[in-house]
Amino acid sequence: MNDFTYHAPTSLDDALAALRGAEGGTLIAGGQSLLPIMKLNLAAPTDVVSLAGVAGLDGISDDGDSVTVGAMCTHAQVAGSAAVQGRIPALAAMADGIGDAQVRNAGTIGGSLAHNDPAADYPAACVALGATIVTDRREIASDDYFQGMFMTALEDDEIITAVRFPVPARAAYAKFANPASKYAVAGVMVADGPAGVRVAVTGASGDGVFRMAGMEAALGGSFSAEAVAGIGVSSDGMLSDTAAGAEYRAHLVAVMAKRAVEACG
Amino acid sequence: MPTVRMTVNGMERSGTVEGRTLLVDFLREHLGLTGTHVGCDTSQCGACVVHVNGSSVKSCTCLAVQADGADVTTIEGLANGADLHPMQEAFREHHGLQCGFCTPGMVMSAVDLANRDSDPSEHDVREWLEGNLCRCTGYHNIVKAVQAGARAMGGGS
Ligand SMILES: Cc1cc2nc3c(=O)[nH]c(=O)nc-3n(C[C@H](O)[C@H](O)[C@H](O)COP(=O)(O)OP(=O)(O)OC[C@H]3O[C@@H](n4cnc5c(N)ncnc54)[C@H](O)[C@@H]3O)c2cc1C
Ligand code: FES
Ligand code: FES
Repeated sequence: MNDFTYHAPTSLDDALAALRGAEGGTLIAGGQSLLPIMKLNLAAPTDVVSLAGVAGLDGISDDGDSVTVGAMCTHAQVAGSAAVQGRIPALAAMADGIGDAQVRNAGTIGGSLAHNDPAADYPAACVALGATIVTDRREIASDDYFQGMFMTALEDDEIITAVRFPVPARAAYAKFANPASKYAVAGVMVADGPAGVRVAVTGASGDGVFRMAGMEAALGGSFSAEAVAGIGVSSDGMLSDTAAGAEYRAHLVAVMAKRAVEACG
Repeated sequence: MPTVRMTVNGMERSGTVEGRTLLVDFLREHLGLTGTHVGCDTSQCGACVVHVNGSSVKSCTCLAVQADGADVTTIEGLANGADLHPMQEAFREHHGLQCGFCTPGMVMSAVDLANRDSDPSEHDVREWLEGNLCRCTGYHNIVKAVQAGARAMGGGS
């Protein structure tokens, strides 16, 4: 790993100033994606700006129609939050299934969304639930936020401050996890919420999270596992790697979707 | 170069590090606490697990500067003199190790679980140890040891 200058700002303004003042600066939250990448020399920032001491990025609040999660909340905090467990249990369960206990103790929702790994779990939850990504300068709808593998709508110096999840009537997440990493080989979040019925898939496509319009329409008509059972999933554009080939992934998407609908009860 | 200060196993420690110095390297190379191991490059094996402010993290995936000001406990901080910690004792009693390479991380991870749940089921233990890999034991005795250790701890470390 190359050396870098470390910054530990205590305000958003100072974090932005440190980032803008650097030749090749990057933010660090929990470090659970950034540090593995830096160890492989796939990233070599000149400056690393920590968000750990920045005020106002923590906490989870139940706002009635929605639950707002601070960007620096760890996966363990989301999984263990009474507000999330009570209002959006599918989100708590999803966070509890990320990686392992130590990754969940350090990794954050903001870091996961900024990184946008095509096999990460949060993108499916955000798109299915119709979440809003709140940054230091604007609010971005999930549908506009995810822009392909490791690509997002964030500007170079933009900082996620929170994520707002509308409370759904029902939702569930089903994941076929890679046995080594626990990343999704195929993960499907189904939600019946204010934005209608949504089915979002992660892990399966090289372009990252996507919605299954055919399944959404079928579930809008009849919210049942039978409604999605007959819908074939095309292997076009599906990832093919050592964990699973494209055909198998397409099959897994159909199975996970059915399981998620069943789990909605 | 940055200076870091942290409480390690109850003692105030400090040192001058590089930005890129990992917490595990600070512990092993600066402080000589070589009980914490490094078993991989990919943040997956858990041999390096320590506690930072009471919860278990992978010290190979944490910068020393990120732990500045923190309260850190390593495997060396568990025993009370010659008296093994109940979780260490349980690993010995139930033969929860063979070569021992994974053991420091296993024990630190297990103590974090036991602090949250004093009577974890076999399923709970296996789920919790997802991030701790062992090449020797087949996990069976590790799981038994963690359950016994958690009960012996009785909800506190
Ligand atoms: C062994 C292992 C298993 C894993 N398994 C899974 C899994 O099953 N499912 C899953 O979804 N993920 C998994 N992960 C990834 C994990 O969830 C990471 O925690 C997460 O992807 C990154 O969060 P972080 O806080 O650690 O971010 P960091 O690693 O600190 O940062 C990641 C990126 O986001 C940027 N960033 C961080 N915070 C912000 C912010 N607030 N605003 C703007 N940019 C920001 C950083 O600049 C960096 O580019 C795994 C990781 C490991 C090591
Ligand atoms: S050394 Fe393998 S996870 Fe830290
Ligand atoms: S005892 Fe040898 S790796 Fe676990």
